[in-house]
Amino acid sequence: MSEPLLIMRGIYKYFPGVKALQNVDFTLRAGEIHALMGENGAGKSTLIKVLTGVYPRDAGEVLMEGTPIAPASPLEAQKAKISTVYQEVNLCPNLSVAENIFIGREPKKAGRIDWKTVNRRAEELVRQLDLPIDVTKTLDSYAVAVQQMVAIARAVNVDAKVLILDEPTSSLDENETQRLFAVVRRLKERGMGVVFVSHFLDQIYELCDRVTVLRNGELVGEYEIGKLPRMELISKMIGKELGNIQSVNAGGAPQAGEILLEAEGVSAFGRIQNLNLTLHRGEVVGFAGLLGSGRTEAAELLFGLARPEQGALKLEGKPVRFSSPLEAMRHKIAFCPEDRKVQGIIGDLTVRENIILGLQAKKGAWSHIPIKEQERIADEYIRMLQIKVSSPEQLIRNLSGGNQQKAIIARWLVTEPDLLILDEPTRGIDIGTKAEIQKMIVQLAREKNMSIVFISSEIDEMIRTCTRLVVLRDRKKVAELTGGEINSDRVMAAIAGGV
Amino acid sequence: MNKFRKLISSHLFLPLFALGLLLIFNAFATPGFFHIQFQNGQLFGRIIDILNRASVLVILSLGMTFVIATGGIDISQGSVIAISGAVCCSLIGGAGDGTARMPLVLACLIAVTVCMLCGVWNGFLVSTLKIQPMVATLILMTAGRGIAMLITAGQNVPVYYTPFTYIGNTIPGSPLPTTIYLAIGMVLLVVLVQKKTSVGLFIQTVGINSKAAHGSGLNVNSIVFLVYIFSGICAGIAGLMDASMIAAADPNNAGLNMELDAILAVALGGTLLSGGKYYISGSIIGAITIQTLTTTLYALGVSSEQLPVCKALVVILICLLQSDKVKRLLEQRSYRKAVDQA
Repeated sequence: MSEPLLIMRGIYKYFPGVKALQNVDFTLRAGEIHALMGENGAGKSTLIKVLTGVYPRDAGEVLMEGTPIAPASPLEAQKAKISTVYQEVNLCPNLSVAENIFIGREPKKAGRIDWKTVNRRAEELVRQLDLPIDVTKTLDSYAVAVQQMVAIARAVNVDAKVLILDEPTSSLDENETQRLFAVVRRLKERGMGVVFVSHFLDQIYELCDRVTVLRNGELVGEYEIGKLPRMELISKMIGKELGNIQSVNAGGAPQAGEILLEAEGVSAFGRIQNLNLTLHRGEVVGFAGLLGSGRTEAAELLFGLARPEQGALKLEGKPVRFSSPLEAMRHKIAFCPEDRKVQGIIGDLTVRENIILGLQAKKGAWSHIPIKEQERIADEYIRMLQIKVSSPEQLIRNLSGGNQQKAIIARWLVTEPDLLILDEPTRGIDIGTKAEIQKMIVQLAREKNMSIVFISSEIDEMIRTCTRLVVLRDRKKVAELTGGEINSDRVMAAIAGGV
Repeated sequence: MNKFRKLISSHLFLPLFALGLLLIFNAFATPGFFHIQFQNGQLFGRIIDILNRASVLVILSLGMTFVIATGGIDISQGSVIAISGAVCCSLIGGAGDGTARMPLVLACLIAVTVCMLCGVWNGFLVSTLKIQPMVATLILMTAGRGIAMLITAGQNVPVYYTPFTYIGNTIPGSPLPTTIYLAIGMVLLVVLVQKKTSVGLFIQTVGINSKAAHGSGLNVNSIVFLVYIFSGICAGIAGLMDASMIAAADPNNAGLNMELDAILAVALGGTLLSGGKYYISGSIIGAITIQTLTTTLYALGVSSEQLPVCKALVVILICLLQSDKVKRLLEQRSYRKAVDQA
């Protein structure tokens, strides 16, 4: 067993009114991949930010190879050989790959940047990581997965001993994830200590050696991953036995009612080709497929975010055309977008304002909802969806990811839609909230007779919640599975193209 | 300590603090600064003068606040002021016999409508053609004075029709200048619209995250359109006041650089130039503060050529106080002091 590379002991961090971290210990050995797990708000991000110098700690010590360190900025942390790759790639998309890797510490010759060396060394670096890319091309000419790996390459190049990966796989598909894992394993063999933060259990079990679990800012424990069954890990994270986590759909699949929406040969260039689809009331239809398969694009067409070039939409038998989200909303369609931060929340507004925004937009600026009524609506939905807020007047950007997501779902439920489209509603949020959202989806379909389109990268949760699965590949619908056909083998086969 | 901090972080603190400083300074430096006389049913005094001039700026900065809240900017306001004066004065006519060729109210309405069309133009460029606000409004900023010149045939147009001068001065029998009533009226209108409609919420939403606003069903384009139209209307009304004060249309100098004062007022009031949350009360106090500064500097004998230098110094100060970095430094210092004392 190798010596601890990094030791964090008795870490405390307070925010106004919140104990974000209380007496947390964390140990990382050289040459191990260590998972950091916990629900949203458990303190994972705070712990990482303390380690990387984004926040100063209020108490405790950090030892790096036996030397106490107290980085006051990410740059200082980097100098202490701690590098971080964040969930959102924070590089410059319009600079070349090589520039991105060396930005801020370009090798110089006679006071000028030595581009030859930059490109040559970048080339070596990407070859080491087995990335077949041209380092002189701009970063945005590559997929997010590649960008992520470039970020890792940059981190590796600064000669880091500790590499922190904060939700690196949340926007990657299965193939890309595997490539990323190959890179991470190579770094592990080189003796690097890797901290891996993710919500994907499969990935944790596949990749990691040990796991540290946090809950409510406190340390739950540190475990060998091989000796900790999954259900036990989950119950440690949530702090309660969650028997129903596996059986959201236990009451039997919701019964499909009358036809709500039909799409006939809907096409839009570069988005989707010849989509035929029928959605009934009271059913949950999953759109399965890889990123870029057309699942989001199909949903956007149904919501007026993009216009079909061919084909027609029929709502309750009548042809409709949506030229904007507002028109779709007037026809009782709601769309909860994929990227919560960019397309969902209005960060500087309060939770109340975020919740009533959709309804207010539907009513128009001149039919103002009185403040009293707004407060009543906000309270009702905060209670119904159990959104954790200190007050409805709290700014939404200060909520954890899961609670932000719930508030956005609330925004759409307030508009009382007939068709609710949820694009990756459970991405990047904790398992407890995930289970709540899955349960809610089934309930809405069953009790409110809503038609729900559910898009997710996690096939498991789609299998658990959906009555019908539409599988998309390369911007085409390739299969439709119902009832007993919905099992992971069939779905995987359809996604992969083996049907 | 906590209360003090709360006070400092309030968006009204900075403009009020600056205004307070100016007033205290004037109390010592300008004899009779606070003196108000009541003559012939009318109030006179330096304070009244300041409020009179500030009213123009208040109305301008109302328009500017909403534009800035959507993440835009309108640098054509000054030129639109010139257009407004030119249209109104030309319609009333410069005949030296003190009569009007067109009824005053009608001339004013037409002038404001023309300015509203200027706003429509700006709104069209920004929201429909997606031209960057600074560039889009730069067009009218440069062209506006030329348009005003065309309207007046290159001349200054003096107006001898007395009721016209009432807009920028005092209606006989009223204790206060008309400008103040107009400014109060506009402010009340804005407050009413904010209370009774969701326009304010929508503007902020667009300014904070326009993509999410669109996806939540807001018509982002029409909201952006609207704020530029309102800015045009505000500039139109301000232009009437400005022309009335000198009883003439002066296409070259009317409202010159006033858009910059308006932007400064909005910034001073705590609204970030990047858009999002806006503070009407802050903009109003900001406008009054800037006018007080201008008047104070004139009273000190600073020439109008040197005035911008002094204003620039104030801008630097504001920027420093608003920067997060400086705020944090100040907070840390006061925090350390508190720790030392404890």
